[in-house]
Amino acid sequence: MACDSWRNKIEAYADAELPADEMRAMSEHVRGCASCTSDVLSRIQLKSVIKIAGERFSPSLAFRQRVQKDLPAKKSSAWLWGWMPKLAASAALVVIAFFFFRGWISSQQSRTIAELADLHVATLASSTPVDVLSTDRHTVKPWFQGKIPFTFNLPDLGNTPFTLEGGRMSYLNQAPGAQLIFKIGNHRISVFIFQNRPDWPFASANGRSRSLTFNVETWTEDELRYFVIGDAEANDIHKLSELLKIAARP
Amino acid sequence: MSDENLAGGSFEELAMPLFDSLYNFARWLTHDAEEAEDLVQETYRKALKGFHSFQPGTNFRAWMFRILRNTFLTSRTGLKSGMTVSLDSEEGEFALPATSETPETLLLQRSNQQMVQDAIEELPVIYREIILLCDVEEMAYQEIAETISIPIGTVMSRLSRARNALRKGLMQKLQGV
Repeated sequence: MACDSWRNKIEAYADAELPADEMRAMSEHVRGCASCTSDVLSRIQLKSVIKIAGERFSPSLAFRQRVQKDLPAKKSSAWLWGWMPKLAASAALVVIAFFFFRGWISSQQSRTIAELADLHVATLASSTPVDVLSTDRHTVKPWFQGKIPFTFNLPDLGNTPFTLEGGRMSYLNQAPGAQLIFKIGNHRISVFIFQNRPDWPFASANGRSRSLTFNVETWTEDELRYFVIGDAEANDIHKLSELLKIAARP
Repeated sequence: MSDENLAGGSFEELAMPLFDSLYNFARWLTHDAEEAEDLVQETYRKALKGFHSFQPGTNFRAWMFRILRNTFLTSRTGLKSGMTVSLDSEEGEFALPATSETPETLLLQRSNQQMVQDAIEELPVIYREIILLCDVEEMAYQEIAETISIPIGTVMSRLSRARNALRKGLMQKLQGV
């Protein structure tokens, strides 16, 4: 079998650990070999799943301070501590707590976006990317009835460059939701809709970002959390988001 | 003892950015919050004490993780954990056949983090640590080799075995759902 000579290198390839020339040769082989493509994708997905699940524990702020207290103070700041210890200590506490909290939120948000990017990639790589295959919003929307605990409106895409391709069930943090696939040019965009949850790091966040070269836009509307993600231009992601927002309003 | 600039910064400047990662790694090793805190605290104490002997230009992160790991191995929990998975034939055995329905695609569909965490927990320490270092800490093979003091070839074969064991565990869990 032609792939045999590549098999022993596939794990190092997925870990990006092969020398540059072997990486290039392997990439060329993978492009033309469905079996190796599937194998590489599977390994990258496993790495991604482990990364998300493995970042599980965070130290408490009190513990961090306890360890930090045992370390020698930096010379540059020593005079300051001697000069106004109480004020500095209070200010430092507030700053540390603020950045700790911001850092935690940011890391939680990144994880969620990374998870959605994985879902998007896995969907496109799947042999059956959608469970309901239709360009008609009046077919796709009713398909979700009874499958998810909420309903949503789909935009009228007439006179827009977007096409609806279909939808499928999706899960985020074990919560069921809808995943809709739209197409613009050669790009596919996933729209994920879930019930907004107060414990989500996004509970009150709206905005645009870029993750793993995907453009992402997220917002809440009527207690639903929307994520629009794809490799299309940020402007196209935004246009589709605006269409969805208009459709969601009564 | 000076804590200044042996590797381009003070000990605190180099070590504190690793705090979250070291704690996460310690929790995975010990399965216990209190023990993990003791382990991290002891690691920082030992590292600070030995900081003068740290070679500038070498890998500080690998050095810190190595201290934490060695401290764990000599602790009561570490000794009980039994790093005893067969090490006699660590070379060879790599690829897993690709199938249309893999644990990864099923997990992504179901988004079940708890299941992955349980499967990682159930791995022998020797497999758990190498998977965490590679896929969570995103260490290169060379850095892993330095951290756990084994040759790169062994890193590759152990990693492969660890992932196969994880996939097997996940598949069993998914089939049981």
